[in-house]
Amino acid sequence: MAATSHSAADNASSGWEIVVGLEVHVELATDTKLFSAAPSRFGDEPNTNVTPVCLGLPGSLPVLNRRAVELAMAVGLALNCEIRPSVFHRKNYFYPDMPKDYQVSQYDQPICSDGWLDVPGGSRIGIERAHLEEDAGKTTHLGGADGRIHGAVGALVDYNRAGTPLLEIVSRPDISSAAEASAYVDELRTILLTLGASDARLEEGSMRVDANISVRPAGSGELRTRCEVKNLNSLRSLRNAIDYEARRHIDLYAAGDVPVQETRHWSEDGRTHSLRSKEEADDYRYFPEPDLVPLAPDDEWIAQVRAAMPELPASQRARLHECGADPEDAQVIVGRGLAPVVLEAIEAGADAKRTMTHAVQNLALDGAELLGIDHLASLVQMETSGQLTATQAKTVLGIMCERAAAGSADPAAIAAELGFEAMDTAELESLVDQAIADNPEAWEKFCAGEAKVAGVFVGAVMKATRGQADGQAVTQLLAQRRGA
Amino acid sequence: MGEPTAAISTDDVAHVARLARIELTSDEIEHYTGHLGRVLEHARELEDLDLDDVPPLAHPYPLRNVFRDDVASSPVDRDEVLSQAPAASGGQFEVPPVLGEEA
Amino acid sequence: MTSAHVIASEVRAGTRRATDVLEEFLGRIETHDGDVHAFNTVSAEQARAAAAAIDASVDEGRDPGPLAGIPVAFKDNLCTRGVATTCSSRMLEGWQPPYDATVVQAMTSAGAVMIGKTNLDEFAMGSSTEHSAFGPTRNPYDLTRVPGGSSGGSAAAVAAGFAPLALGSDTGGSIRQPASLCGIVGIKPTYGRVSRYGLVAFASSFDQIGPFATDVADAALALGVISGHDPADSTSIPAAVPDFAAALARGVEGLRVGVVSELTGSGRNGAANGGPPPGDAAGDMLDGIEADVTERVLEAADALADAGATVGRVSVPAVTYGLTAYYLIAPAEASSNLARYDGTRYGLRVEGADVEEMNRLTRRAGFGDEVKARIMLGTFALSAGYYDAYYGKAQRVRMLTRRDFDAAYADFDVLLSPTSPCVAFRFGERADPMTMYRCDTCTIPSNLSGDPAMSVPFGTGAEDLPVGVQVMAPALGEETMLTVAAALERAAPPLSKPLLAGAAGSARAGS
Ligand SMILES: [Mg+2]
Ligand SMILES: [Zn+2]
Repeated sequence: MAATSHSAADNASSGWEIVVGLEVHVELATDTKLFSAAPSRFGDEPNTNVTPVCLGLPGSLPVLNRRAVELAMAVGLALNCEIRPSVFHRKNYFYPDMPKDYQVSQYDQPICSDGWLDVPGGSRIGIERAHLEEDAGKTTHLGGADGRIHGAVGALVDYNRAGTPLLEIVSRPDISSAAEASAYVDELRTILLTLGASDARLEEGSMRVDANISVRPAGSGELRTRCEVKNLNSLRSLRNAIDYEARRHIDLYAAGDVPVQETRHWSEDGRTHSLRSKEEADDYRYFPEPDLVPLAPDDEWIAQVRAAMPELPASQRARLHECGADPEDAQVIVGRGLAPVVLEAIEAGADAKRTMTHAVQNLALDGAELLGIDHLASLVQMETSGQLTATQAKTVLGIMCERAAAGSADPAAIAAELGFEAMDTAELESLVDQAIADNPEAWEKFCAGEAKVAGVFVGAVMKATRGQADGQAVTQLLAQRRGA
Repeated sequence: MGEPTAAISTDDVAHVARLARIELTSDEIEHYTGHLGRVLEHARELEDLDLDDVPPLAHPYPLRNVFRDDVASSPVDRDEVLSQAPAASGGQFEVPPVLGEEA
Repeated sequence: MTSAHVIASEVRAGTRRATDVLEEFLGRIETHDGDVHAFNTVSAEQARAAAAAIDASVDEGRDPGPLAGIPVAFKDNLCTRGVATTCSSRMLEGWQPPYDATVVQAMTSAGAVMIGKTNLDEFAMGSSTEHSAFGPTRNPYDLTRVPGGSSGGSAAAVAAGFAPLALGSDTGGSIRQPASLCGIVGIKPTYGRVSRYGLVAFASSFDQIGPFATDVADAALALGVISGHDPADSTSIPAAVPDFAAALARGVEGLRVGVVSELTGSGRNGAANGGPPPGDAAGDMLDGIEADVTERVLEAADALADAGATVGRVSVPAVTYGLTAYYLIAPAEASSNLARYDGTRYGLRVEGADVEEMNRLTRRAGFGDEVKARIMLGTFALSAGYYDAYYGKAQRVRMLTRRDFDAAYADFDVLLSPTSPCVAFRFGERADPMTMYRCDTCTIPSNLSGDPAMSVPFGTGAEDLPVGVQVMAPALGEETMLTVAAALERAAPPLSKPLLAGAAGSARAGS
């Protein structure tokens, strides 16, 4: 493995290896909830996106959202899983933000099982299962410091989130370092975004990662007591928590002690804390949900879902490499969901390097993925032919993104609107000569071979043209003048 | 409580009462141990049945793949629902403090 | 009493006003429900408005629908928007749902007028309506006796002439058994034939809604209105609704009728029909079935034979385990279905220092003894270490029942048995839980299989109290079931009207 953190190196040298399995919950990008037709939407007034089903009102009944199932199937297929008949179960426990005081979830017959994910540049991580389940509502604790439970005088419950479809993706304990865990989550995120299955934002909770962590003597292959660490809302906390927890286990073993299997909470003070274990832990009394019937996707439906899937990130990256992208740039382009646009624009004749540069440097924008291929290609064409400077191209691109959704993103029209005419050569030559005259000392240095002072002249010309000159043309003129 | 072969003990009843969140006095635990014991004793008739070849039946009618389309319908009226709640505040359901579960 | 279909046709024809019909029935309720206590709520004001609307549409030349102007009573576990839906529990006392059950919508849009919400055993758990938090309902035939349960209020309301039609729910016999004890017709349709949306759940894989009526034709009329696919209930069957009324006129000639041996053990035992001799089958026969109840069933079988049916005896061995399987699975589902009554969103709350204590105190105060017992029984049956022995095994028995019925229906079109092992009993007479649960011996098998079954009055037993015969059919076989029920109704000895002073008056009013 190329990426090895310091602590992982320490662990290796001390004769231990890290064993990590990840449980990732993702909110599926449906319009409505898993079992109710309430809008699946956040940020609205509390308890406004609820139906009798979301509130667990007596007499209400669940009906499964077909779209949620299709998204789950697509993710499963992307993770090389088998799509199997499945059954929903009830997981019984009391909590005020669980409207029925049971969670409907797939238990021993998940819809997706036995797949794998290849981490870019790394190893193959097994996927044990991916199953559908419903999310709970949101409890706000009143009166406790920072809205925490301890010291609270009461709580308020909002059921807007209750019933949101979640896909829980469970890896096998095949991950052997913090870096690999982070790369796995990153790749999973990219796949989810590519499929449009989730917006997969860790910080906002639409993707939630729990890590099962243990250690074992290097090469032993055994599985020792693991601890499940929750509240990992960034890749950084995931990496830090794994390293911290592994170190804690190693220290315990070194001291002749053993870790206790438990759930722990990652806090930003850089440590994991034991959660007070509940008195009635783990008797969830699962049984088949009688209000829902079994789910049994047939081959035809599975084939339809597969056929509708976009090209997956691994394949997109491979094609970008062929177009000359380095691995980092390829990952950025794929991660932003721009690979289809970029690859098609290149196929349509746009210069590969310029197109990818825009995708990496100038297209971290909403709407970018909606850009028309022909529009992007003609922008790059205008730029490589000298009709637009790099700076102008960036400006035009920004406006194209804003208008992409409306379909009015023709770069020629936008450039005309902005008055971006190609500057005539005579005018540019006189501006360059003026800049040389204004900076005689810099000119002397430039002629003596100090290439970097060219910036003085380029800057002056840019200032004079309010950024509309083509930097490359200016550099060419400077070289001409020096040679003359 | 009863002979050692009793189908359910007072400890069992206390345990399920905790799981089911029902407060019971010790007299009530005795009472329900008797009540549940009567039913569970009767259930022993199943012990002799060899059902290994018989699969479980969860649904009386064999339906599969029942879905709805991903189309939103109008939500319930919040005021109407909250008017039925034991306690509400600021558009939310209000409950006493939630203990446990946090570091 | 006027039957429902007569009322509807007169109201539709404009020869009778829905408002007048309603006032007649409200008057009977006013006079007699103090004795019977069929209702938790009489929704007179809403009913008057609804009846006036029916009359208005008739005046405007519009057809209010097949149930035009028929007052109907809904079991108080069916959600009615803005009208309290209590399940006869302190837990939901005063709760006003923000929506109507699908069946309530179906009935009212067919022109029915909701007259009130009827009493039941708390959350439908019971066979006598003694387990209502608001006091028992009394049997109109004998006020010292139970009406059966759990839909005792709906059954008593129809028997006492408070409404020509009522809806109930049947989880283990809760429509058929009270129908039997109150001398009326009650139908449990095929599981999935009628939408459960808006029925407060007891045991989701058993619960079915069905009608009560004084005769088979009225019951069939109501069944036709509430049947049909509902996209809001995932277990609702997407099957066309047959013309049930047409089934009534068909004869039973050529139909094969099987009398279930295990449920008619202490009677003549069918030696004449080539069934197993008494000695052999005795071990498999369920005890506790009253002799004259069995006698009526065998007379009913004879009547069908006289009408041209082929009658035989049939063994359905798994029914002997039905009670046990049911009293494990149904409480298991109930323990989960009733978890939501936690004091947070609706219904009762007893304050506590924290949420958990609030939950525990609320559930202690809100649930009655029988409900608590079943929640704990179900929790136990599902809990770690007991699941396989109890819940798991019971589900296999359920499959066994399904298979045994399938085998029986290979040879017979319908099956016959008693509905209830006994006639209406006195209050407090069945205080022991197993004794009470045995009331459901004959009805539970059809809930395990999900097949349709109904009770038809057929003569009387001890103390001249009504006896019901149960007609069972395979899934979606309601038409054949109704054909046989109508034939039994034609052959049944006339049943005296309930002894309620005014109910005699009601018979006069309905002439
Ligand atoms: Mg999990
Ligand atoms: Zn989960």
